[in-house]
Amino acid sequence: MPDAETLERLVGALKASDGDSVIQTVESPGRVAIEVKPESIVGSLEVMRAAGYEFLASVHGVDYYPHEPRLGVDYELLSREACDRVALTLRVSTDDPQLPSVTPAWPCASNQEREAYDMFGLIFDGHPDLRRILMPEDYEGHPQRRDFPIGGEPVLFTHNEHNVPRWFE
Amino acid sequence: MSAADPGARQLSDYRKMEQSVTISETTEFDGDRELLTLNLGPHHPATHGVLRLLVTLDGEVIRRLQPIYGYLHTGIEKTAEQKSYWKAIPVVERMDYVSYYFNAMAYCGAVETLLEVEIPQRAQYLRVIHMELNRIMSHLVFLGTSALDLGAISVWWYCFRERETLLDLFEMSSGQRMHTRYFQIGGVIEDIPDGWIEQVRKFCAIMPERADIYGDLLNKNEIFLQRQRDVCPLPVETLREYGVTGPLLRAAGDPWDLRKTMPYSSYEDFDFQIPIGTKGDNYDRFQVRLAEVKESVKIIIQALDNLPDGPTITEDRKIALPPRYELATSMEALIHHFKLVTEGMRVPAGEAYYAIEGARGELGCFVRSDGSSKPARVHMRDPSLVNMQAAPAATEGWLIADMLATVAMFDPIIGGVDR
Repeated sequence: MPDAETLERLVGALKASDGDSVIQTVESPGRVAIEVKPESIVGSLEVMRAAGYEFLASVHGVDYYPHEPRLGVDYELLSREACDRVALTLRVSTDDPQLPSVTPAWPCASNQEREAYDMFGLIFDGHPDLRRILMPEDYEGHPQRRDFPIGGEPVLFTHNEHNVPRWFE
Repeated sequence: MSAADPGARQLSDYRKMEQSVTISETTEFDGDRELLTLNLGPHHPATHGVLRLLVTLDGEVIRRLQPIYGYLHTGIEKTAEQKSYWKAIPVVERMDYVSYYFNAMAYCGAVETLLEVEIPQRAQYLRVIHMELNRIMSHLVFLGTSALDLGAISVWWYCFRERETLLDLFEMSSGQRMHTRYFQIGGVIEDIPDGWIEQVRKFCAIMPERADIYGDLLNKNEIFLQRQRDVCPLPVETLREYGVTGPLLRAAGDPWDLRKTMPYSSYEDFDFQIPIGTKGDNYDRFQVRLAEVKESVKIIIQALDNLPDGPTITEDRKIALPPRYELATSMEALIHHFKLVTEGMRVPAGEAYYAIEGARGELGCFVRSDGSSKPARVHMRDPSLVNMQAAPAATEGWLIADMLATVAMFDPIIGGVDR
């Protein structure tokens, strides 16, 4: 995690490029996360890249149920030179889960953005190939959401497949 | 059954994009050349599990490669959310099923970061020993199965002989050959048994020589060399762009290894080198892993030589179970035991990302805690899933036989890709 001085410089750079992009800075043990506005994520990541955090290690989808706005995305950035990690986060609501995709600028995010779309229903505008990645293409719902029911999905065997409505579709 | 989906209205446009590739479009024309789209997998011996590859071919030349994942999706991350923290370890271990110690380490490390717990030195060393044994085991599986893909069958038998020795070592220290649940939050479950160190030393004495033998078996195999040398190279810039880490990145000449650059679990105590390649072709990818086996042996020997005494798990009774003998005499120990077994530990609210150098690259675990005794989100950044993004760039323009060799050298473990 960056020290206080570096963090201040990073937040300053983010604010300099887009005045009200930074919402808050969350510090937890061993980690600093800068929450930014969803619409400014692409620009914010470019600022971070210019500041030396040139490797986007990971993209996580998160559901903050029952807090609003519910859905969140975490971008784990790594500076190879400083051997230092910092996270950018953002929050969107389930009513309008749209946010810009960072895949055009960071091709390494492609599969993980697809995964977040698949699991949480986050819609990454501008992703070149936003399809489900782990669940079947015709699956309904987004199973990693916290209010998605556990179980209840019939398991198809040869002895019961005809009892399950529309199993053939 | 599906959940209520408030985002369904906006999804409609993307629904169209979700349509799978239809077989009626299997023939395309590019000028006067006919392109053939061929479906490789999900059941194909050369795809290392149930990986499906959709390749568009111009004769034998690959024009487009499209990996399709998800055939092994088991919802482990969802399952982990239903379990208390310590009961999630066994399911997390089953993600990438040939590097279970790494999975457990990444998960435990993330939870330990949230708990801010100190890990005893002996536990850290035991973790290092087990992780490096696991790295050797994983590379042996890679070497055996990749050589098998390339027609060199005998290497497979030899590699699995050594792997068997390793699994016996795991069984001796933890009672299980695979998915050992040896790493716990706060340390390791128990101390190693008597005689284990001697067995590991015996293995370390033979392994470097065996690695040389396997290298010779393949290095003098003309067919193997022709399919590896200068095949499907990728420069460092492209690999970084696609987020590739681990042996694949090092094969291109970038000495990035989290064990050196951002040490965890006392890796800073050990003297070892990072093997790197020069060209980034398939041959380098194979050689880097072979050299890493020898470096892992070095680390294990150093860890055994300097193995400190002391406890193997934290003394914090809110996190680790009290020892059995205390239960008979101490009421407090009994209460702690009861609370831990029934409810589990409570972890302070927060988020943590803990990354380690797995056998295939940066294996990171993201854990979000809401203050309860179950994780609110567990997400694994699996190197296989991220590394596979570079596969199209590596193989397009090459022959289909080169593509199979390259997928073997990428070494994706589908359990990790799909989780």
